[in-house]
Amino acid sequence: MKIKLIDIAHGRSGDKGDAANIGIIAYDDKGYKILEKHLTADKVKEHFKGICKGKVERFELPNIRALNFLLHNTLGGGGTVSLKHDAQGKTLAAALLRMEIDI
Amino acid sequence: MNSALSNDNMKSKIRIASGQGFWGDLLEAPVNQVTKGEIDYLVMDYLAEVTMSILQKQKNRNPNLGYARDLPDLMKRILPICVEKKIKVITNGGGVNPVHCADEILEHAVKLGVEKLMIAVVLGDDIHDRIDELIEAGAELNNMETGESIKSVKHKILSANVYFGAMPIVEALNHEADIVITGRTTDTGLTLAPMIYEFGWDPKDYDLMSAGTVAGHILECGAQSTGGNFLGDWMSIENMAEIGFPIAEAYPNGEFVVTKHDNTGGKVSEETVAEQLLYEIGDPTDYITPDCVADFTSIKLEDLGNNKVKVFNVKGKPDTEFYKVSCSYDDGFSTSGNLTYSWPQALSKAKAADKILRKRLENLNLKFDEIRSEFIGYNATHESLAKKIDEDNINEIVLRVSVRSHDRKAITSFGKEIAPLILTGPPSVTGFAGGRPKPSDVVAYWPALIKKDLVKPQVRILNLS
Repeated sequence: MKIKLIDIAHGRSGDKGDAANIGIIAYDDKGYKILEKHLTADKVKEHFKGICKGKVERFELPNIRALNFLLHNTLGGGGTVSLKHDAQGKTLAAALLRMEIDI
Repeated sequence: MNSALSNDNMKSKIRIASGQGFWGDLLEAPVNQVTKGEIDYLVMDYLAEVTMSILQKQKNRNPNLGYARDLPDLMKRILPICVEKKIKVITNGGGVNPVHCADEILEHAVKLGVEKLMIAVVLGDDIHDRIDELIEAGAELNNMETGESIKSVKHKILSANVYFGAMPIVEALNHEADIVITGRTTDTGLTLAPMIYEFGWDPKDYDLMSAGTVAGHILECGAQSTGGNFLGDWMSIENMAEIGFPIAEAYPNGEFVVTKHDNTGGKVSEETVAEQLLYEIGDPTDYITPDCVADFTSIKLEDLGNNKVKVFNVKGKPDTEFYKVSCSYDDGFSTSGNLTYSWPQALSKAKAADKILRKRLENLNLKFDEIRSEFIGYNATHESLAKKIDEDNINEIVLRVSVRSHDRKAITSFGKEIAPLILTGPPSVTGFAGGRPKPSDVVAYWPALIKKDLVKPQVRILNLS
């Protein structure tokens, strides 16, 4: 069965230098179990191939049903160096929520 | 430092209100915070990394500048209310010239007929003129991300500031300052400081330091914790036009309630607070500040309803032996040009125009470090993840071409190549107004660490004379 990430989670993204951080929060405990099991760092790296040029780190915050991802080398240099329209990665949480997960 | 000694009237609860999430935030927000309900402290964060370099440049041109210029104007508006209601104001809007910022606020106070006012200024964070001296004293200032030596950029550094934490502000409050103006202070320190001062917290109680730090993180981006930029059910957020900024109702045991004034827009829920908790964090077990290392995986949230979320159980570890230093340096120039193409074949037209432009730039033999083309309306935000769309269904596309170069002339020449595309490229094009794109400075960052014993914060007291 395929589920859309946007149906079970919300989130927020921002910049940390040239890395983007994407926090994804499940709406309920069941959703968090799905995130925890299926939304791996490798899957996120694959999803952002061509955008994220570095490694992806994943951190768990079960206390708020959330995962935090650090996508290194993603923002075209970061700060005012980046020529990207979204130089601060503000829209990347939404971009991750495009993902569909096979469960 | 025992803050409890100088504070006889220990409070059982304080309300700390966020007035600005960045320099350029809603100007009415701090006014609403002091007028629409009761608060004890107004905290305002003005400084982003890019802001420090802008302020340093302004100060280089005029030694009286270098602080958030909105701040004295704002204080002029709210000072009579703050004095009347005994609301203390804490802000890092002093930038690289907090003393002059404070002087200007004092001038306003005199004109307003305020009789008694003490402003404390926190200094010592600006190490721009001391870099050589500090290196000599043993500071390496290597890039903390790449490990590179600072020698490669030392000659082009624009600004260099140490991030101080809450303690210099606590010292200022111990002097009974009404207003505290700092330079580069962590956003979280602005909120933590009044808790340490009012509740007599021991700075070595790292769970309490972390609780106040988490409160600071929730407040530091203004309305981002009260329904602004909320990616959950954003359509359910009511009255965003009059969005209320967050307030932390803090208790001596480290628990606090995130809320906002009644009769304001927005929403405080577990979901809006959780989004802000995750904003711009790395390893959640290791949220490093000059005051402590907070563990975000310990935080518990409880929705009390009626726009109140309780935050409790925050745990933390001791602070490290370092302060973070943020240097900025000149790294060339950049600019962007936009053109709008309409149906039919909007995307094809924009792509053709981009190709023509690039060929012309090549023929002119201009040297760029990077040329980037984006098609707004199609893939400017989600890039390769953008959903493919049928050309016939696209009403319009904005072509945005950006360039970066260390050769200023190349950027200027690029600026002259955009407008000609209107008459010498694909049809149904518009949106070129406001003149040629001008070069703007590219400012790069150099994050580093410095041993805490090498830099000492100083507190200077300025009284209404």
